[in-house]
Amino acid sequence: MQMTGAEIFVECLKREGVEVIFGYPGGAVLPIYDAIFQQSHFKHILVRHEQAALHAANGYARVSGKCGVSLVTSGPGATNAVTGLADSNADSIPNVCFTGQVPLAMIGTDAFQEADIVGITRSATKHNFLVKKVEDLALTIRQAFHIATTGRPGSVVVDIPKDIGFATCDFVWPEEVNMRSYQPKTSGHAGQIKKAVRAMLQAKRPMLYSGGGIMNARGSAALLKTLAHQLNAPVTNTLMGLGGIPFDDKHFVGMLGMHGTYEANMAVSHCDLLVSIGARFDDRVTGRLDAFAPDAKVIHIDVDPTSISKNVRADLPIVGDVGIVLQQILDELSHQGGVPDMEALKIWWQQIDEWREKDCLHVEQSDEGAIKPQTVIRKVHDITGGNAIVTTDVGQHQMWAAQHYGLKEPHKFLTSGGLGTMGYGLPAAVGAAMAAPDEPIVVFTGDASIQMCIQELATAYQYRQKIVVVLLNNAYMGMVRQWQEMFHESRFSHSYFDSLPDFAKLAEAYGGVGLRADTLDELDKALKTAFAAQESFVFIDIAVAKEENVFPMVPAGAALNEMVLA
Amino acid sequence: MRHTITILVENEFGVLTRIAGLFSARGYNIETLNVAPTLDETVSRLTLVTYGDDKIIEQIKKQLNKLIPVIKTEDISHMVHLERGMLMLKMIDAGERRQALQDAGAHIIDHDEGNYFIAEFTGAPEAIDAILEQTDAEYIIEMTRTGPVGMRRGSKGFVV
Ligand SMILES: Cc1ncc(C[n+]2csc(CCOP(=O)(O)OP(=O)(O)O)c2C)c(N)n1
Ligand SMILES: [Mg+2]
Repeated sequence: MQMTGAEIFVECLKREGVEVIFGYPGGAVLPIYDAIFQQSHFKHILVRHEQAALHAANGYARVSGKCGVSLVTSGPGATNAVTGLADSNADSIPNVCFTGQVPLAMIGTDAFQEADIVGITRSATKHNFLVKKVEDLALTIRQAFHIATTGRPGSVVVDIPKDIGFATCDFVWPEEVNMRSYQPKTSGHAGQIKKAVRAMLQAKRPMLYSGGGIMNARGSAALLKTLAHQLNAPVTNTLMGLGGIPFDDKHFVGMLGMHGTYEANMAVSHCDLLVSIGARFDDRVTGRLDAFAPDAKVIHIDVDPTSISKNVRADLPIVGDVGIVLQQILDELSHQGGVPDMEALKIWWQQIDEWREKDCLHVEQSDEGAIKPQTVIRKVHDITGGNAIVTTDVGQHQMWAAQHYGLKEPHKFLTSGGLGTMGYGLPAAVGAAMAAPDEPIVVFTGDASIQMCIQELATAYQYRQKIVVVLLNNAYMGMVRQWQEMFHESRFSHSYFDSLPDFAKLAEAYGGVGLRADTLDELDKALKTAFAAQESFVFIDIAVAKEENVFPMVPAGAALNEMVLA
Repeated sequence: MRHTITILVENEFGVLTRIAGLFSARGYNIETLNVAPTLDETVSRLTLVTYGDDKIIEQIKKQLNKLIPVIKTEDISHMVHLERGMLMLKMIDAGERRQALQDAGAHIIDHDEGNYFIAEFTGAPEAIDAILEQTDAEYIIEMTRTGPVGMRRGSKGFVV
């Protein structure tokens, strides 16, 4: 059947099962927007800035398990999207972004709103395409989704010149995508699995360390829990891996790394077997490399071979999809029928419980004193039963959310881990709300971060999303201030604001409910209001202790067992 | 250590930039890079010479394979293999210089008696280095050389 490029675009998205896209129109994508106007297969959510379209698609992808999709115009539309592309790529979130481009004949002429998007986004994406013929469009879209969602997921750009939207050709849907140059491995090498299981059964001080790979391999969190229970091994999560095991599972020892728990970091430092499951030994996790897990044999399970032995040498690498490999390991465990070393594990757990007794996340909250930011997170946990979808921005509040909002389930902690993008939280919540409109959604944000994408309150209002924005307002770029205090002799160079807006009024101006809390009483009232039935979003501006620091902390360049507790 | 890596890639625009970009973004060294089409018009073949310790070379190979259009790679440095590059020298035509180069295996491909000549030499990178070393630099007007292309010995081929 003859179709225009714009119609092919719509048809392909429909066939890919796309239900929602996030976008912002402009000249180069007008033909596509015209086709979108005339269809009803998927919804289009109008954001207020292209960066937010990418973060929203990212949030949507994480909650729904589907690929995120966005559509932006050429030139400034596409350059605005770059941060979101880099963000999704760093966190391995499947995200396909369609960018408009100037007409084919004008490429290279410095035309109005022309930017070399394939060039600019090459290192911010897993792969990118420029469509040069309308006949190539369907296959390119198919390949883009395939690449974004398989192997180690990531962001993919498809750059579409304006005239391709108008051009016509016979529509052919490629039933299969088979790329000889791209064949990601899925199952782990059987011999390696056998060896891994043997090592797990022999270990006297085993430790499971899981990351975002557990989120990408849907269903694998249950396997992780089973493995931990069968081996009676402690589990630690990375920031990206939180929710991989329920916070109240007795095998969970908390997050590891720079702001991880004392017990998690000590356990990693003393274990004799470290099993990394869909994690990549990021520098925020390992601290000083030569002192990281010094006594451990390292098993590294990852779908991306480049992650293995990049920072920490793996004694036993297993390349494959984390879900499939975990199932293989469980099968092999029951096949070998062995039991772990109960005697040794008893001593190991005694040691871990001793570390736990430090109670490293303890907070003193006085009734009259300033509201501690950690208190806010804990109250939100309680009122939502640990079941909300939580998004964060970047800074101290992000670390407190990771430490104090215990998560019951996977796919509910949305944060910018790899790139650390301030401005991620609110648009990610907008995306999450499209995937799970009936679930409570909380944004933990800071007074600096929120101002990077605050315009998305308009989007939240337009679609009447019941997002609760919890602003831990310390009137500082708290994380920057903390580092200046600790490492730059308290010279607070440009890390505070003299003119913060009245956030509650601003929220009202955007159409939502704006609340302010200066005392614990007001906080309790505000939270009650916020989580009661509302028309749209609620924004709570909470005055928290201004100079609170995040602890425990492994200073940059120190070893994990050199944590500072307070 | 020096490594010679041969790579088969999809013959599509931008592949070279992806490879060069990978090296610059991650701070790896490229000593030379040769790219040309193959008999199969959908495939290009590259020979890349790089250096680094074992850990870096391992990452380079993995990162190359991770690029979507890369079909396969082979590090031929550890195998019995052959490398050949080409040298072109434009020199002042004086004394025995032309003859000396011919004796060393070079071909004279252009020549204006008593004025200048151009010699062409094909050989292993070390042989090219040796020729350059024995040639009097004062008489060289212009020099250009390619990075090597390479393949392993034996009857097995590196093909798609
Ligand atoms: C886009 C961007 N710019 C700068 C930074 C560096 N940075 C990290 S945390 C931070 C301060 C965040 O302040 P706020 O949002 O108020 O959170 P707090 O630390 O006070 O909780 C800054 C500037 C960043 N991560 N992202
Ligand atoms: Mg702040």
